[in-house]
Amino acid sequence: MTVPTDLRYTPDHEWVRLDGDEVTVGITQYAADQLGDIVFVELPDVGRSLERGKPFGVVESVKAVSDLFAPVPGAVTAVNEALASGPELVNSDPYGEGWMIRLSVADGAELDDLLDASAYDAIVAAG
Amino acid sequence: MPYGPHTDDDRTRMLTALGLSSVDELFDDIPEALRAFPLDLPPPEPEQELAARLRSLAARNRTDLVSFLGAGVYRHWSPPAVDQLLLRGEWYTAYTPYQPEVSQGTLQSIYEYQSLMAELLDMDIVSASHYDGAAATAEAALMTCRATRRDRVLISRGVHPHYRDTVATYFKGGLELDEIPLVTDGEAAGTTDMAALEAMLADTDRPVAGVVAANPDFLGLLEPMPRIAGLAHDAGALFVAVVEPVSLAVLAPPGSYGADIAAGEGQPLGIAPQYGGPYLGILASTEALVRQIPGRLVGMTRDLDGQRAFVMTLRAREQDIRRDKAASNICTNQALLALAASIYLATIGPHGLRDVAAIGAARAAELESALAGVGIRRLHPGPYLNEFAVEVPRALAVHRRLLGAGFLAGLALAEAEPADPTLADALLVCATEVTTSDEIARFARAIADAVAETAGVAGGTRR
Amino acid sequence: MSVTGPRLQPTIFERSRPGRGGGKIPHPPAGALDRIPADARRATRPALPEMNEPDVVRHYVNLSQLNFAVDTGFYPLGSCTMKFNPKLNEWAARLRGFAELHPMVPDEAAQGTLQVLWELEEALAEISGMAAVTLQPAAGAQGELTGILMIRAYHRERGDADRTEVLVPDSSHGTNPATASMAGYTTITIPSAPDGGVDVDAFRAALGPRTAAVMITNPSTLGLFEARIGELLDAVHDVGALAYMDGANLNAILGRFRPGEAGFDVMHFNVHKTFSTPHGGGGPGAGPVGAREHLLPYLPTPRILRADDGTYRLERAAERPSSIGRMRSFIGNTGVLVRAYAYIRAHGAAGLREVSDDAVLAANYLKHRLAGTFDLPYDRPCKHEFVASASSIKQATGIRTLDIAKRLIDFGFHPPTIYFPLTVDEGMLIEPTETESLETIDAFADALIAIAEEAATDPQVIRDAPHSAPVRRLDEATAARQPNLRWRPMAGAETPCPD
Repeated sequence: MTVPTDLRYTPDHEWVRLDGDEVTVGITQYAADQLGDIVFVELPDVGRSLERGKPFGVVESVKAVSDLFAPVPGAVTAVNEALASGPELVNSDPYGEGWMIRLSVADGAELDDLLDASAYDAIVAAG
Repeated sequence: MPYGPHTDDDRTRMLTALGLSSVDELFDDIPEALRAFPLDLPPPEPEQELAARLRSLAARNRTDLVSFLGAGVYRHWSPPAVDQLLLRGEWYTAYTPYQPEVSQGTLQSIYEYQSLMAELLDMDIVSASHYDGAAATAEAALMTCRATRRDRVLISRGVHPHYRDTVATYFKGGLELDEIPLVTDGEAAGTTDMAALEAMLADTDRPVAGVVAANPDFLGLLEPMPRIAGLAHDAGALFVAVVEPVSLAVLAPPGSYGADIAAGEGQPLGIAPQYGGPYLGILASTEALVRQIPGRLVGMTRDLDGQRAFVMTLRAREQDIRRDKAASNICTNQALLALAASIYLATIGPHGLRDVAAIGAARAAELESALAGVGIRRLHPGPYLNEFAVEVPRALAVHRRLLGAGFLAGLALAEAEPADPTLADALLVCATEVTTSDEIARFARAIADAVAETAGVAGGTRR
Repeated sequence: MSVTGPRLQPTIFERSRPGRGGGKIPHPPAGALDRIPADARRATRPALPEMNEPDVVRHYVNLSQLNFAVDTGFYPLGSCTMKFNPKLNEWAARLRGFAELHPMVPDEAAQGTLQVLWELEEALAEISGMAAVTLQPAAGAQGELTGILMIRAYHRERGDADRTEVLVPDSSHGTNPATASMAGYTTITIPSAPDGGVDVDAFRAALGPRTAAVMITNPSTLGLFEARIGELLDAVHDVGALAYMDGANLNAILGRFRPGEAGFDVMHFNVHKTFSTPHGGGGPGAGPVGAREHLLPYLPTPRILRADDGTYRLERAAERPSSIGRMRSFIGNTGVLVRAYAYIRAHGAAGLREVSDDAVLAANYLKHRLAGTFDLPYDRPCKHEFVASASSIKQATGIRTLDIAKRLIDFGFHPPTIYFPLTVDEGMLIEPTETESLETIDAFADALIAIAEEAATDPQVIRDAPHSAPVRRLDEATAARQPNLRWRPMAGAETPCPD
């Protein structure tokens, strides 16, 4: 599978979309498939300040659990409330309805270190 | 070996298939320097002899005593149906229900247990069991810290001393545990000191995660649980209620007065005393704390054919998945005891449970009256259900004397709470539905005699 | 929902009818509760089910028949040691003298039980080569916490407050890191060596002044004895750390290896594994802890002491001032411990050694039978359990270990442990134990081989398995997304007393 080319990625299987001075963050289809049926997503409070690389939440499936790591530093401006009653959205539409948080970023250049689609695909292919 | 099936032929066949001549070869990888010498243990006993010896060991325990001892473990009559059902091999030799398709018996029984306790406690989320009341209380206290992100818990001295000690042990990893004192005199003597609690909660430099109190408390007294809950919540803390399940047939349940978490000991639900266990740790919480509660949870679902079925769920909380991030390390629980409690409740029913509590209360009142009749009065004035402390001069000596006369005169509180001088000459006594009026009458006479006799021995004025 | 399949049972709430039951407890005298203040009283009745005894009995008998159990069949569950649960032990624990004894009676009234417990402590100390044993912990995990807290106390007392890390191999049971966290430690996970053993060099590199302890299972969770254990223990002690042994796999080494003697400082036993006490659908068990001399001051109180005149008593708190305190109420899961005592006395030293010999022989034989059909990631002699993998089968047919496990049910076997340890792809951890006959072991091997063939010829029958269980595969996702954790009865109406 190949991932959307308009997004950036982390080695921890998060995707990032830049919209002006905000980014939207979620997990990739690969990550969702590895986890299996997702049953719960624990998200931070709006307003919380995140540091790059630090855990900001947890995604749980029936038999597994995984931390979510902040891909860039920023303050949480929104969380996807729909995941509370519909965690399966992460499985069915990970890049769309399954988004997780929005962060305000001070500097768009923060995304420069992130992987592009082909670099991420290479990581997944390497296993 | 008494239970092994293998004949020498079987062993030879297996060794031959492996191309080995001796099973010792399979242990060659143990470094020679670390190999064990033969164990120095008593020789094996054939079952007939072992049975006889076990019987004589059991006979050395004084279970013939007329008992007024409670202190966290209560004698109740368990209908024979309970143990006979429990002896079915499909119940007690079954494993943890990790393969739900072949474990629907265990899974449904746990769901029913969760439901029964939810009703009794009036709390929505009940774990499939914890080790005992003490461990459940300790985990409840830890839950309050995780949920509030604070690290200080207040625990009333009215909570059972073993439970307080256990919480203290679990808190050794850098959390603060402070004890709320009890009122020493007046109407509320023996219960949680509300003024002290308020003062402790008011210390904004050390915000409180949870307040823990028991009802009835260790001294048998009823506590103002709604008030304590209110104070805790006003300070942003959670409230943990430590409760006794039989009493909940007649006393207000924790859900009704705003407890966030309930913990307690399920032994009184038809489980034999067994010198300390295995018992049944009850742990329950509000829905808001469901992801914080340790232990297994069973939920209802459907199978591929749409049949209703049960399965362990919310497993990602547990140690095998969360590992170092798990809320608790608990794996093995007390499942068979949860089943025993469920069968007990199903067998005696809600009216039966209420009758057990009410008869106990009636017998306890009879006991109070009989003791007062020989000059032995309650230590505290407040209301109790079926357990209370009485003032007894030379309580330890009296207790010993009564033992010789065939009575277990409750608990000498000087032993349980050596640091509390007000309890130095006191016995904690209780009655249940199995206590008879005859036993009460004989006990009252015996304790009067014991008090008189020990006065003489101690060189007092009575002759 | 109230749909039930043909063999399934309604819940006790659905069986309830107002007015049913009664006849068990006498009536209380009138006004028994009048003296309880109204505001302390329960306002609404708990909606507990009302059933008569015949219905209760049918309910629990029928439910029990939906269970697989050691008494019905073979459970080759690696790491669980599902050996036979002797019936003598059930009888012994139920003897009135043991069952009816209150835990707070004076010591002189409990001499029989105190003697049993004291003798059990001695036996476990001898079996493990430890200086002393506490019987207090209610389960293996609680034993782990006990041992790690003792280690913590040991370092504290020596002023060694900077030891903040516990090292565990990546194959460890989840309780190990969870225990370390509960005790306030950070877990450092060390990858295993390619041969499945602990990577001693990797451990050496991670050991240092911040290490409080290592937690090792030996034999490992792969059923392999750590041949370099002596080296590892030396490395641990050289940095001033202590070694904890998870004793879950003791069934492999009774009479062959004594952890305390070999250099482990503290360990726990799982009596519901090695010493035959029944699993009860998930518990109870007991997790006694053995420790070497330098850790004895920290043992939980109270211990059981024997006087010169042969009488027994409980230790007083003041006699062990450095104790870590209580792990639980009262003395321990005594009823479970009585069963373990009877088991050990029935076997003696020779019997226990034979237990391990047969357990190890059976496991190696079963492994040999499966070679060639399943992948054996560590193809060297194992101890009481071994790990097989369906990795190649999955590559070739798409059939996974999970599917094979479910299909085994149709053959009358409980599945083995699957996907543990986490380090093996499509792993099955298989432990026959010493109480299974050769016929059973061969039949199990035959079944697995037949399923492997089915994977190639008729994979759908495996994917749809189990076919013969009371229920088919369950919707676990919905169970977790929309948890239904309790029945909601029709509360409200006061029902009449049935008698």
